[in-house]
Amino acid sequence: MISGTHTGAAIALFVGLVFSALGCDKKESPPAADSAAAAVVAPAPAAGPVTLTGSGASFPAPLYSRWFREFGEKNKDIRVNYQSTGSGAGIKAFTEGQTDFGASDAAMSDDEIKAAKDNVILLPMTAGNIVLAYNLEGVPELKLSREAYAGIFLGEIKHWDDPKIVKTNPGVKLPKLDISVVHRSDGSGTTFVFTQHLAAISEKWKAKPGVGKSVDWPVGVGGAKNDGVAAQIHQTPGAIGYIEFAFAASTKQPMAALENKAGKFIVPSLKTSATALAAVELPADLRAWVTDPGGDESYPIVTYTWILAHKKYDDKAKATALKSVLKWCLTDGQKLSESLFYIPLPDAVSATVLKAVDTIE
Amino acid sequence: MATRKTTATANPDLTEAFRSPVSRPPTAWQKGFDVAFKNVAYAFGVGVVLLLAGVVFEVMRHAKTAIADYGFGFITSSVWDANNGHFGILPEIVGTLYTSFLALAIGGFLGVTVALVLSQGFVPRRVELIMKNVIELLAAVPSVVYGLWGIFVLIPAVRGPSGWFNEHLGSIPFFSTRLSGPGVFPASLVLSIMILPTVTAISREAMAAVPPRLAAAAYGLGATRWEVIFRVTLPTAVGGIFGALVLGLGRALGETMALAMLVGNANVFGWSLFSPGNTLAALLANHFPEAGKVEVGALMYAAFVLMLITLAVNALGSFIMLRTTRELKGLG
Amino acid sequence: MANPTMTPRLVPVSSPVSFRRSMGERRTLGNTALTVAAVGLSLIAMFPLFSVLYMLLVKGGALLSPSLFSELTPGAGMDGGGIGNAVLGTLVVVALSTGLALPLGFLGAVYLAEYGGESKLATVVRFSAKVLTGLPSILAGVFAYATVVVLTGSFSAFAGACAMAILMIPTVMLTSESALRGVPSKMKMAAFGMGATRAQVILQIVIPTAIPGILTGVMLALARAMGETAPLLFTALFSDYWFDGKLLQPVASLSVLIYNFAGSPFEHQVALAWAASLVLVSIVLVLNVTAQIVTRRPQEH
Repeated sequence: MISGTHTGAAIALFVGLVFSALGCDKKESPPAADSAAAAVVAPAPAAGPVTLTGSGASFPAPLYSRWFREFGEKNKDIRVNYQSTGSGAGIKAFTEGQTDFGASDAAMSDDEIKAAKDNVILLPMTAGNIVLAYNLEGVPELKLSREAYAGIFLGEIKHWDDPKIVKTNPGVKLPKLDISVVHRSDGSGTTFVFTQHLAAISEKWKAKPGVGKSVDWPVGVGGAKNDGVAAQIHQTPGAIGYIEFAFAASTKQPMAALENKAGKFIVPSLKTSATALAAVELPADLRAWVTDPGGDESYPIVTYTWILAHKKYDDKAKATALKSVLKWCLTDGQKLSESLFYIPLPDAVSATVLKAVDTIE
Repeated sequence: MATRKTTATANPDLTEAFRSPVSRPPTAWQKGFDVAFKNVAYAFGVGVVLLLAGVVFEVMRHAKTAIADYGFGFITSSVWDANNGHFGILPEIVGTLYTSFLALAIGGFLGVTVALVLSQGFVPRRVELIMKNVIELLAAVPSVVYGLWGIFVLIPAVRGPSGWFNEHLGSIPFFSTRLSGPGVFPASLVLSIMILPTVTAISREAMAAVPPRLAAAAYGLGATRWEVIFRVTLPTAVGGIFGALVLGLGRALGETMALAMLVGNANVFGWSLFSPGNTLAALLANHFPEAGKVEVGALMYAAFVLMLITLAVNALGSFIMLRTTRELKGLG
Repeated sequence: MANPTMTPRLVPVSSPVSFRRSMGERRTLGNTALTVAAVGLSLIAMFPLFSVLYMLLVKGGALLSPSLFSELTPGAGMDGGGIGNAVLGTLVVVALSTGLALPLGFLGAVYLAEYGGESKLATVVRFSAKVLTGLPSILAGVFAYATVVVLTGSFSAFAGACAMAILMIPTVMLTSESALRGVPSKMKMAAFGMGATRAQVILQIVIPTAIPGILTGVMLALARAMGETAPLLFTALFSDYWFDGKLLQPVASLSVLIYNFAGSPFEHQVALAWAASLVLVSIVLVLNVTAQIVTRRPQEH
């Protein structure tokens, strides 16, 4: 039978092993789960490539992965590992110091910046537009009025042959099919921008569900990240959902032409989106959205997307590496944007952002 | 065999034996090592208990504030609104239970049937062996691969018939919506495939434990095969079969990936088989990576509820198995 | 009262008695119908495996080539690339988690089989292990996140391995215990008779004899661990680069790759998901089959 000493020795031994194992791997970093320190993890070894880890928005992920791959080929001593996890997850990981940089189309709210101890700088890197992609066989073009698309997402318009949709699509044979709404199941900057726009055009939406990275959707199924929503739409007859332009364009998914503020039906394209974006005035902290752009040629749902970096890094090597990556993306990288269906930053904007990058240390 | 000590040949001289390198009492060093080894073994044994306690404690610790904040309303609310701090897991609880019980109904029924076929000599032994291996291989396929298969094979296959059911039998609550893509039914089907091997294996053991003379007696009285099954084998093995079902349910309740990929991640619930839904595990998988402090608390509360449900069901299943094996031993 | 189903049929002595049931009788018909139904249902139950294997071979096999294993995962919308980093990552995480789980599970099993017996502590330990086998894998991931990721401040292969180890330990422990118990006591008694200490008996006789059973348990635990996704989702995250020896950085894995790419709108990524599934299922099947062979082999005593 076990004696007291046996059990005591056993427990002490085990606990000791556990703590020594944990202790070996503990780094200088926030003490407990509740701390939201902004300090970055301890330095990587000086020799060998500097590895930067980032995660966040799926909105710009195709562009970022191309950028970082190209940059890595030209600069063998810097590796950037970006994982598309959704803006919400990106902000959180960045705030808790688990990644070196984040990415979000919802930038960061004041509360979030406070949680990151203000050691945050928001850098617009590129811009894109959000489209309503749909899956209707035999319907290559679709015009949706504001009433129509707000109603669809509110769950009030349930079938494709609803009068409100038929009205704006004369001559198109719309089937009596249920509308399957697809939204995001994870915390998303894309959702934030889209709901902001819906709130701007529909009082009902503003009241409930309102704006946010994650809202209580009246109808629909959830897909994870832009990828998941795009895949869902592609696989489900009668589906409609909101995704970033690049995802629809590169997979050749039909997109609806939306009615803008001026009452015109605009087909999503880089040109019409750039026009809308020109209306955005970036303030000093570089956060701004245009929720309902005016102008005849403006596509109604556009946004910048931000990389979240720290103002001060503990590891200077990482700071230097990050700066050179970001500078490349803001200059040479912009040349790749259009081919991947993203809107290149206006020159004035990229100049401002480059200045901001210089302040990182 | 790996024993390095060969049996000592008979040695009449005892002192000789005590001095022989092959057989003698342990040295002080060996005794010390023996005690150390024993302590290490004890430590690791206790370590497993500590691990379980650690996991439970950690989840509870994080859930404590959330439990205090939301109380019981958490379990009855259907809203998941991270912005305004309103959380409720009722759709997820219903979804977890609905998919699991549906999977149990399908997988359990099929599992017991397969166990019957494999243990009652319906097919030649070689076919039995092949079937047994195939069923075991079903268990080897990772959950995420089932999810992938479900998305590209099962859902398209089910979509058509579901439309038919919805059109013609739409008044029955089970068929009240159309299947657009992911939903309760495809998720439950895949789940039932995943628990089938568990149910089959344990049921087979239970059926094999039925003493053959009971069945032989019935045959001697002129019973047909199925009469023996229904009146002798199943009633005797029912304890083990019940245990198998409970353990299968336990497995279904804890399943994450296939459900996250196939259930639709929508915070709604209802009777319709074809509507999307959500489960506790899928909720955790989707929201955990990005949860801010407030949401993490709510998610830990959900994790706590999930833990309670799965632990309770698994403990119940283990307990039933323990009791029925004891009963069957008495019968033999 | 005479039970009609049990009343033997009276036949004239002159005609030969046949015990074959005629199909015309209702009982026999019912019996046969049930047999057909049961066997039919069993075949249906086996069908999903064949469907899965077929899809894996057809869709996964399409991309099977050496470059699949030597290239890195491509970004969204990019062509080419492979799953090499994911294969290596899975092997690394699983090896690490086995290194963590094996000592704990195995020595715990030694305790259960050799020292604990049926004592109260041993019952508690055994019960804990059984309960841990039923722990949803996502909770292991949550626990590893709350402890390792938060403490070390980054997503890492080590955190993923810890989460995985939590899932492997109970299986290794319980299967090792039955393997150890299966060693015949006369072997142990002979050794004790020669003056061996308990530790010597265990280390030099019991364990070597039980190795096949232990190996089986380890292989089954390995096979299960390789396929797990939920524990790795927010511990090891993912990486688009080769594992470079840094255990405290995110690492790629086959299961997370499949999860990420399965929901992708880019066809090439979906194709890679199928290829990765084929590789993963092949490894898992090989492990399972090997485990079965190992158990069947040694029947010397």
